[in-house]
Order: sequence, then structure tokens, then C-alpha cells
Amino acid sequence: MAVVKLMEIAIARSGDKGNNSNIGLRARSPEIYEFLRSELSEQRVKAHFKDICFGKVTRYELPNLRAFNFILEQSLGGGGTDTLLMDAQGKVHGLALLHMEVDVPDALLATVNKPA
Amino acid sequence: MSTDKVVRIANGQGFWGDSQMAPIRLVEDGPIDYLTLDYLAEITMSVLQKQKRRKPEAGYATDFVELLKIIMPRCREKNIKILANAGGVNPRACVEAIKNALTEIGISGVKIAMVDGDDLLPQLDALIDGGEPFTNLDTGAPVSDIRQHITSANAYTGAAPLVAALKEGADIIVTGRTADPSLVLAPLLYEFGWAEDDYDKKAAGTIVGHLLECGAQSTGGNFTDWQQVPDFAHIGYPIAEVSADGSFVLTKHEGSGGLVNEDTVASQLLYELGDPENFLSPDCTSDFTSIQLEQVGDNRVRCSGIKGRAPTGSYKVSMSYAKGYRVLGQLAFTGPDAVAKAKLGAEIIFERCAMYGKPIPEADRFVEIFGNAACYKGAVADPVQPTEVLLRVGAKSRDRSQLEILGREIAPLVTAGPIGVTGYAGSRARPTEVIGYWPSLVDKSKVCDRYRVEEI
Repeated sequence: MAVVKLMEIAIARSGDKGNNSNIGLRARSPEIYEFLRSELSEQRVKAHFKDICFGKVTRYELPNLRAFNFILEQSLGGGGTDTLLMDAQGKVHGLALLHMEVDVPDALLATVNKPA
Repeated sequence: MSTDKVVRIANGQGFWGDSQMAPIRLVEDGPIDYLTLDYLAEITMSVLQKQKRRKPEAGYATDFVELLKIIMPRCREKNIKILANAGGVNPRACVEAIKNALTEIGISGVKIAMVDGDDLLPQLDALIDGGEPFTNLDTGAPVSDIRQHITSANAYTGAAPLVAALKEGADIIVTGRTADPSLVLAPLLYEFGWAEDDYDKKAAGTIVGHLLECGAQSTGGNFTDWQQVPDFAHIGYPIAEVSADGSFVLTKHEGSGGLVNEDTVASQLLYELGDPENFLSPDCTSDFTSIQLEQVGDNRVRCSGIKGRAPTGSYKVSMSYAKGYRVLGQLAFTGPDAVAKAKLGAEIIFERCAMYGKPIPEADRFVEIFGNAACYKGAVADPVQPTEVLLRVGAKSRDRSQLEILGREIAPLVTAGPIGVTGYAGSRARPTEVIGYWPSLVDKSKVCDRYRVEEI
């Protein structure tokens, strides 16, 4: 087992819709996707974003892309021009999620095919 | 019908303000059949309506006319057709400006189509009295909450009028608030003759649109493994090579910078996505869980297996409204104690507002200490004390004068606050209007999107 940041085992991109952001997270291997299905719950993501997301977190699954789509409601301080936040459109919410620390079995880390 | 036919469609602009180099490189560096350009973000319509209220011939994206002067000669030579939502809230004026511009550079024999009917503002009262509720999709709030403050209302309309215009030989199509994916789907419907109810193909075309609409975000831009991406300066914008069966290859011009692989394509598929099985657009409902990706060459990813269903009976409506004012200023604070001093600076500013008899309620205040994990607030531990930070301080209010005072009391901190304050050059922070976003629906039967083709 090793504690690694999510970015070691996944990639992500985030976007906005009104006052909500979405984070698409794609596992770096099919095995990691299965692992994250139980590890990366809505509650865990909501806790990670406790000071950013003030609404519900909903998780959708896209097994064809070994990916999840997380919707973070009320996470943009109003969104559009209605927010004064530097990250008004949640462009870096994805990268913020990739900083999450996860305990990963060594065998799973070995399935990652990522350039150094 | 040839099953080998391939239609090459590219998008040269992800948003108004994207690099002008992108469409120029797309038309110069390789073969494409269609070029789309996206100018309209949520708040753009409101900004354009404001411009039109001041000047009746304004209200469209003037940059598009300037771009056409640059790329039109090459597009004529290579028979590249152009589709853009640059019409904004005044497609008529945009077309007139294009006609003048092309005549200026000696181009004639071009068919220009205008697509409109999406602007609901002129008939909003009739629509509401006629029973359209325009209830807020996110909050459930009634439109009566904002009725007096509405500044724009446009239906996201679909591909049909663009297909009709292409059938009449249009070389350039200028639209209002046509939905982004529809701008891309229309040429595909036209070229392949897909049936109105062939929803799997329409979903494929819609997903092509979704992959193209943010420009370089499919070709290595805003990508997690950015160190893998070569030559950002010359990044090639995405091109879809679409086949009659709805499958397509996502790629970019040979020799361009950037990267196309299953990861870069998947990243864009996930962008601004809601419920993936039910991606709603005016033309169909697409299932993003049906897409299969396969790398089939250098910077070439094949997408196939896409499934879709019928669209809903409503158009999404982009409605905005006046929501008061905001002011935002900044100052730099250097250490030691940069964070503590920045927080003190904010306290002083808000106390000054109160001294003028214009206190700003806690809930309306905004303080962000940039450099102290502001963007990753709470998500990433940042134990290291930063050497320097940017205090971003402001407020929202319906009272503009209250915000003027706040703007004025930022610079005085330089000589009347703690040591280490700088970055005050530049203009004083002034209040600006807040444009509120109100997502709703309108029944399709109430909207008459239409087109007209003319030749210069």
C-alpha cells in the first residue's frame, strides 16, 4: 500500500454550468477504475471540497471511458459575473480533486502506464 | 451513396477571446471542409443586448467580421464553408457588416445565410401571458422574481435552419443563439442526408460538436499530463473526420503542436457534462456512456458506437437579468506575515466603508487571499507561509455608491496601512454590473427559428 495523490492514478478536467461545477475524472487503468468506484464516493469528494462546494455532490459513472462525472452544486460563489472568486468557472476544481490523497495497493499502482 | 465519404469539420474558436491564430492556422495548414466558430458564452447575450440598446446597429461579434477579411480569400480557394454564432442578438447587422467587409476586399459571388428567431426578448410578455412559466431550472424559483430586470432571453435552437441554408448553397452562415453542437451537426446532416429521426447519427454529430466546441481542449490544452504536450504555441485545433455511419476520427493538422490521444479526447468528453446518459440538445438526446474510443494512429483517435434518442419538446433558454453591482480590487502584501497583513488590510477597508455611513453586510463582503491556497480552499493543505500574497477584496450590492467608496479606500492602505503593501498602480476599482444567470425552458412550438440566404 502507498499513499499517493489521485493524480498518480487518474486525470481530470472541470467545467461550469451556472453556480455548479463538474469534474470529469478518468482512471489511468481499468483496474484503478474499479478501485475508485468504491474509494471515490460522493461523500468523500464532498468532504474534500468542504470549503468550496456548499450544495450536493452527485456522481455519475461512464464505464466506457473508465471515468466518473462529479457535479458539485453551489461551488462557484454564484457563477458567471455573479462571483468574485479567482476561479469563477471552476477551471481548477479538477486539479484540486487530483490532489486528494488515497491509499492504493502496490499491485494497482503497477497498472498505471504514465510517463514520468 | 459512397460509404467512403469523409467530411472534415474543424472549430477555430472555443470562446470569444480565444486566439485568432487558431482559425488562421486551420484554413492554411491542411484540408478542412467546414470551419465553425463560437462567440457566445452565457453572459455574452446580455452584454450584446446592452450594446444594441445604445446603438441599433450593434449587438454582434465584430471580431468575426475582422477575421473573415483575413481568412475569406483562402476559404474561397479551398471551398471551406464557415458557420458562426457571431450574430449574437443582431444577426441582421452582422450580415450587413460582412457584406460590406467582403466587398471592401473585392470578394463577390458569396452566399451568406442569416439564422435567427432565437431572440425571445421582444415577445417575452406574450410568452409568459400565454402560459410559458420560465421557472428557474436550478432553483425552481418563478420568473416573476426577476421579470423587471431581464436583460436577454434566447432559445438554444437547433440544426434545421442551418441545414436548409446549406441546401441553398450558403458559404457563410451567421446565427444567433444556435446551440453549439448544432453548428457542427448541421453540415453533417447536410452532407450525409441523415434522417430527421436517426438519433444515433444525430447524437454522433452532437458529440463531434461537443469535442470541437472548446478548441484546443481536445488537442492537449488544459490537459492533466501537460508535460506530454509538445509546442503549445502552435497547438493545432481539433478536426473531426466524420464518416456516413456516424463514426469519426478526432485529429489535428500534420505538423501542428498539441496532442490527440484517448486521454485528451476523454478529458473533453467529460467537460461541462451533466447526466452523461442524457445529454440534452435541441436536436437529440445523446448517451455519452455509449462512446468507444480507440487510438488509430499518431494524434488520431476513432470514436464510434454512439447511441442517441429523441430530443425533448423544449428548448433550453439562456436568460440573464440585472442583479446589482460588484466591485473588486487587489493589493499585494509581502512578508513576513503576508497573510495576516492582508487580512488586516481587508478589515481596515470594510471599517472605512462603515465610517462613511455605508457599512457592507458580512454576507456581501468578499475577501480572497490569493497565494494562500485560495483556489484550492480547504482541498489542499498549505502549511508553508507564503512570502507574498494578493489580497482580492470586494463586495456585491444594489447600492452602487457603497461600492464606489470601497473601491476608493483600497489604495490608501499603501501609506496608511502595514509595511509591505504594493501593486496599487493602475486604475481605481470601479463598480460594474452583475449579470445574473437564469436557466429555463420554452416549448419548441412557441419558437420560430428561420433562415434567409442572400448573395453578394
